[in-house]
Amino acid sequence: MDDLIQAWSERVRQAAAGGGRLRIRGGGSKDFYGREPVGELLETGACRGIVNYEPSELVVSVRAGTPLAELEAVLAERGQMLAFDPPHFAAGATIGGCVAAGLAGPRRAAVGGVRDFVLGARLIDGRGDVLRFGGEVMKNVAGYDVSRALAGSLGTLGLIIELSLKVLPRPLAEATLRFDTDEADALHRLNVWGGQPLPVSASAWRSGGLYLRLSGATAAVGAAVARLGGEALDEGAAAALWCGLRDHTDPFFAGELPLWRLSLPSDALALELDGEQLVEWGGAQRWLRSERPAADIRQRVEALGGHATLFRHGDRHGQCFHPLPAAMLALQRNLKNAFDPAGVFNPGRLYEGL
Amino acid sequence: MADRFEEPAFGAVERDFSQVDKARLVQALSRVLAPAGLLHEVEDLRPYECDGMAALRQVPLVVVLPETEAQVVEILKICAAQQVPVVARGAGTGLSGGAQPHRFGVVLSLARFGKILGVDAHARRAVVQPGVRNLAISEAAAPFGLYYAPDPSSQIACTIGGNVAENSGGVHCLKYGLTIHNLLKVRGVTIQGEIVEFGSLALDAPGYDLLPLVTGSEGMLAVVTEVTVKLTPKPQLAQCVLAAFDDVVKAGDAVAAIIAAGIIPAGLEMMDQPATAAVEEFVKAGYPLDAEAILLCESDGTPEEVAEEIGRVRAILENSGATAVRVSRDEAERLRFWAGRKAAFPAAGRISPDYYCMDGTIPRKRLGEMLKAIQAMERKYAMRCINVFHAGDGNLHPLILFDANKPGDQHTAEAFGAEILELSVALGGTITGEHGVGIEKINQMCSQFATPEIKAFHRVKAAFDPAGLLNPGKAIPTLNRCAEYGRERMGRTSPQAHPDLPRF
Ligand SMILES: Cc1cc2nc3c(=O)[nH]c(=O)nc-3n(C[C@@H](O)[C@H](O)[C@H](O)COP(=O)(O)OP(=O)(O)OC[C@H]3O[C@@H](n4cnc5c(N)ncnc54)[C@H](O)[C@@H]3O)c2cc1C
Ligand SMILES: Cc1cc2nc3c(=O)[nH]c(=O)nc-3n(C[C@H](O)[C@H](O)[C@H](O)COP(=O)(O)OP(=O)(O)OC[C@H]3O[C@@H](n4cnc5c(N)ncnc54)[C@H](O)[C@@H]3O)c2cc1C
Repeated sequence: MDDLIQAWSERVRQAAAGGGRLRIRGGGSKDFYGREPVGELLETGACRGIVNYEPSELVVSVRAGTPLAELEAVLAERGQMLAFDPPHFAAGATIGGCVAAGLAGPRRAAVGGVRDFVLGARLIDGRGDVLRFGGEVMKNVAGYDVSRALAGSLGTLGLIIELSLKVLPRPLAEATLRFDTDEADALHRLNVWGGQPLPVSASAWRSGGLYLRLSGATAAVGAAVARLGGEALDEGAAAALWCGLRDHTDPFFAGELPLWRLSLPSDALALELDGEQLVEWGGAQRWLRSERPAADIRQRVEALGGHATLFRHGDRHGQCFHPLPAAMLALQRNLKNAFDPAGVFNPGRLYEGL
Repeated sequence: MADRFEEPAFGAVERDFSQVDKARLVQALSRVLAPAGLLHEVEDLRPYECDGMAALRQVPLVVVLPETEAQVVEILKICAAQQVPVVARGAGTGLSGGAQPHRFGVVLSLARFGKILGVDAHARRAVVQPGVRNLAISEAAAPFGLYYAPDPSSQIACTIGGNVAENSGGVHCLKYGLTIHNLLKVRGVTIQGEIVEFGSLALDAPGYDLLPLVTGSEGMLAVVTEVTVKLTPKPQLAQCVLAAFDDVVKAGDAVAAIIAAGIIPAGLEMMDQPATAAVEEFVKAGYPLDAEAILLCESDGTPEEVAEEIGRVRAILENSGATAVRVSRDEAERLRFWAGRKAAFPAAGRISPDYYCMDGTIPRKRLGEMLKAIQAMERKYAMRCINVFHAGDGNLHPLILFDANKPGDQHTAEAFGAEILELSVALGGTITGEHGVGIEKINQMCSQFATPEIKAFHRVKAAFDPAGLLNPGKAIPTLNRCAEYGRERMGRTSPQAHPDLPRF
């Protein structure tokens, strides 16, 4: 592995010196995501394998090119999971790509996002230096928390070679309930439930149906089901629903209409934008299929206190991610320059010039 | 293009600020602040000369007490223009010297930013000014059945701004997370006087996620002027199990067994025999005095959930060789169980004139090794140490007992502490789990990180604060300091205390 890391580091150094560009690719399952990828391909697949897994320490350290499915299978054997529920989107998705994309699944609102579970990382920066931040322990405030900031950076700060992640036990019991209701009422109920000590682990609303997943101790799930009512889904239907939402195999995500991901305060009012809609994360994530001009969508979402990402099927030469205020953009440029001054990694994948 | 590759100059050596002109500075600041908000006479500056790490004292040039964000912007612009260091300060309860003033600098106190700007019960969030005390947020949220989860033991005094700057934890953070996990948005002002918002009211924000960089940055990247926190529904019930062990390693194994069984307790704390004895004498919590270690394991949730979890925990503890297991029968008893643990620091203060609190985190399975090594160090330094431990997440608080009035004691305690920190790193852990590096652990940063990482930290700092004016000399050592510390370590008799252990 050391040879591989050294070879990559050399490749980065040469790219930096010669104006080269590298496009980091894990499984390529998210090639569609973000602005158009450019640069010479650097595939991470050879950097794979679990380095250290201690179920009773709740920590796994894994090389970045390890397939997500492989990692999840190892954790499942010991009754554990990546609690942020990463989407797979395709068979080859890697843990490095998953952290770089920073995308979390249905459990996000209940337990936290990708960054909340990153404990440490090793990466190769744009100078070819191999750096290690954070570690394998739960609490660590030595130095700036660079490893968490890698989540969602889309490979533009460095090539991740290893990650240490906090893992959690799988819940003992799970149940999914369905309620007939409209959008406004669903949003209201989701926020009310969110303020109560209920074991909610996922939620979704789409055209007339509100779905709620409860996870935890057997007694707690049983008590919540009895209290909330609704119609219980059988295990197969529930698994299909949540996997379909997580991996975007649900019919909502089919077709070629632009797909927008809207990140909003959970209590934001109904969108009132035309287009089919799917609500997740207790109201904090809303998907929209719409050909409305980007400016209209962004304006509405901004007014509601959120931001909008053109997730798929749109113009990838323009802005995919929400425009940043000037002072924030300046800080982000400075950070990019701090790690990748020659602009080697994934140029422009996140924003133009980043 | 080529100039972008150059290293920031200030990462190499400490910057010299001796040229700062106090009269000129005071004059400029007096245009922004009323006289009551601008202190520059030595007797007025004294109360600010240290934080919770009282061994280090330094009077600043000036203390400013702004009341509005606009004033903070103006103050920072003045300091940037005159190249004056700025040290932000909350309640000054920090234990690593983070808020220690700079000799040629300004202390920017956020004490007058004490308003809770809003509690939104439906959306489960509160917007507060940075000077609001941690506990005051939970008190304001209580009527809605909500609370702010991170609960440092200093919560009656410490401010949310300080919590953000240190990424503080508490006894419940294994289940409920650290400060970073309970923040939505932090608003701050950069040294250039720019207002920037990190995070958002949604669960993420566009672009790089700078919230984890700012959280825990010890006042080095921006001055926090507003914080939006998540509020958590109060559990219906909490119950606590108290278990005694005749061996610390057995107690450590019991902790691992609980986690391996898929249980994440609301709190999981350990105390060794000397710590138990010290607090028992002080608060009469009813702890067994003959035990080598005691464990406190808390379960919270619905009554059904708690009953199920307590049953499982009890069985695991008994199987792990606990010599006694007691479950709190009511709220009064639960609070009594906790009273002892929470009184550990004052109890140490009662049995010893001074104590020095360490904060390393190690992988839990190395606990036995660490405790044995600390016992050996007690003999080596002829100094006592009592141990309290956030067992669930591996965060250890050895309290070294000493007497600052005895010549040499302070120095010995520091050497003892430094050895514990070095061992934390050698065992695969970190020098600080929640108290921060500040000035206290700045040398040990050089053990935990190699030169390329230290350089990277300086570049992150420069991305926010290119002139290095915010809290200079803290948290990230200069390359020069690390070189010196390396030479000093090499010169010691046992340069590599544990050569067999993998370096982190
Ligand atoms: C909501 C959602 C829906 C999706 N739907 C689909 C779908 O329907 N079909 C589909 O095929 N995919 C889909 N994806 C993408 C998906 O496959 C994953 O989330 C996956 O985990 C990405 O892993 P990867 O290895 O394939 O990443 P890649 O696609 O290879 O990379 C993702 C990003 O991470 C960077 N990166 C990868 N590895 C590293 C590394 N080691 N260091 C630094 N940067 C790195 C890449 O440069 C790129 O910017 C979807 C994603 C999301 C979030
Ligand atoms: C008895 C005792 C028990 C403790 N228990 C715990 C515990 O259980 N867990 C734990 O984590 N800590 C604990 N601490 C440490 C301390 O209380 C925390 O670090 C706390 O967060 C510091 O808050 P403060 O308001 O006192 O900050 P200060 O001490 O004033 O400052 C701490 C740091 O934050 C910076 N800062 C303060 N305010 C701002 C701002 N608005 N903007 C930018 N930077 C700022 C300062 O520059 C400094 O670097 C304890 C301390 C004591 C004395």
